Amino acid sequence: MENIHPITILMASIFTSNMILANFLGMCSFIAVSKEIKTSLGIGQAVTFVLTGTSVINYLIYHYILIPYQLEYLRFIVFIITIAAFVQIVEMIVERYLPTLYYSLGIFLPLITVNCAILGVSLFMVIRSYSFLQSIAFGIGSGLGWMLAIVAMAGIRQKIKNAPVPKGLQGAGITLIITGLMALAFIGFSGIVNIQ
Amino acid sequence: MSTILITVLIITGIATLLAFLLTFADAYIADYGECKIIVNKDEELVVEGGSSLLSSLTEHDIYLPSACGGKGSCGYCKCKINEGAGPVLPTELSYLTEEDVENNIRLTCQVKVKEDMYIEIPEDLLHAKKYTAVVETAKDLTPNIRFLKLKITDGQEIEFLAGQYVQLLAPPYPGNPDEVYRAYSIASSTTETNSIDLIIGYVPDGIVTTYVHKHLSEGDEVSFNGPFGDFYLNDSDKDAVLVAVSTGMAPIRSILYEMLHKEIDRNTVFYFGARTREDLFMLDEMEMFEESLPRFKFVPVLSRATEEDQWEGEEGRVTDLIEKYLEEGENKEAYLCGGAPMIKSTIEALVEKGFKEEMIYFDEF
Repeated sequence: MENIHPITILMASIFTSNMILANFLGMCSFIAVSKEIKTSLGIGQAVTFVLTGTSVINYLIYHYILIPYQLEYLRFIVFIITIAAFVQIVEMIVERYLPTLYYSLGIFLPLITVNCAILGVSLFMVIRSYSFLQSIAFGIGSGLGWMLAIVAMAGIRQKIKNAPVPKGLQGAGITLIITGLMALAFIGFSGIVNIQ
Repeated sequence: MSTILITVLIITGIATLLAFLLTFADAYIADYGECKIIVNKDEELVVEGGSSLLSSLTEHDIYLPSACGGKGSCGYCKCKINEGAGPVLPTELSYLTEEDVENNIRLTCQVKVKEDMYIEIPEDLLHAKKYTAVVETAKDLTPNIRFLKLKITDGQEIEFLAGQYVQLLAPPYPGNPDEVYRAYSIASSTTETNSIDLIIGYVPDGIVTTYVHKHLSEGDEVSFNGPFGDFYLNDSDKDAVLVAVSTGMAPIRSILYEMLHKEIDRNTVFYFGARTREDLFMLDEMEMFEESLPRFKFVPVLSRATEEDQWEGEEGRVTDLIEKYLEEGENKEAYLCGGAPMIKSTIEALVEKGFKEEMIYFDEF
């Protein structure tokens, strides 16, 4: 995959290979936290930051520790430990030095540890053998794409509060249906560029 | 063999590095140093930053009411924080009213001390302490009301105003997984500083009342904190009307002892309501007060006197007595203790007699 320009990967991971709408990763917090635009923006920022950070760290660990010792099969456990530790350190730093951001992110930061989009990005990155720059672009792009999707969903859900949704479909049910419709719409972008 | 060794070493190495980083971060980044908590503008506490405000205050012997022990699930430990608390957290929101948020009232178990804080705590909470005691006497006054004398064993003395209450702790017991505090008025004299009396009714399924009635016996160790409350005998020479039903006797008994020991000579009448003769208690003490206090009268009233009771005294409710006996109430004080409906109807009856509402003091349970 040496031939794809990092900026192409960045754009593609936002629109055509969106983490939620093309890969359906990170659905749990996507459904749970998409009730208000403000909070979904918060978790979107947090996910973007953690995605970028962990893709860098995991890239370095994978290419400079795991590959030389032929331990690629350990990537799952290594990636998960790194993500957990990274989130925890970031939480401490943000709580100490950026109190305003800490209060706006609130409980979302620790929740990200178990967001499968984070592990997904690290795994895609090594499966598709991205270069270092490509990995950074992929991390940032996937985060922004995830944020785009959750904020759009929050906007729709705020409007839907006033709509006569059938009782059995209220809440998660209608959210999943809307996600499917959004995914269909995003397929329209898929002809532009494909990084899969 | 060497593959296994390398694998283990690499994984251990990565984990060790991360653990080291986390420990390092915890020690240096999450270290908030010493912070000052300024209470009511004059008292300054120096605490180690990073823990919750509630536990920092407890370390300095300031006890805010807390039933859940800082888990953020009871909403009792509120206090006003003027500066240094940061924005309201989502975990507090369900326990704060809009008015609370406007007035900077926060849940102290959720707020972390990270910088100097300016807080306001009601004066009477500042005097509250935690006491350890043993049950010296436990006896049933009526089938549903238990009397406890708790002797303080930790060397402290309790100073309180006649009418105030303490919070008794029920430890976990079979059927109750958590530590729970409930408030009970002190029934003893303020001159007794090394023990307190409590009068506790039985409430079916009540956590602390079940503990007191079914699990507690003489010689057991208990703990309580206090004193709290703004219901106490005022220093005045106005005529006083005392009204209580059932365990509402407790603060009134303390007030009567206060009058006895301080030789307060006021025109005083005590209307005490119960259901049947079986529910009346401490009649001999009331007789003693009538003899010792020059202008004191005790009037019990039964709402459901039975034939066997052969009751010749007053019948009805305490409000009936107010209507029947009280003359014009201007310039008189009233002290009430009972359940919410009794307090409400008694206040109405007193106001009708010309009592000023600001001269009616009550303790509702």
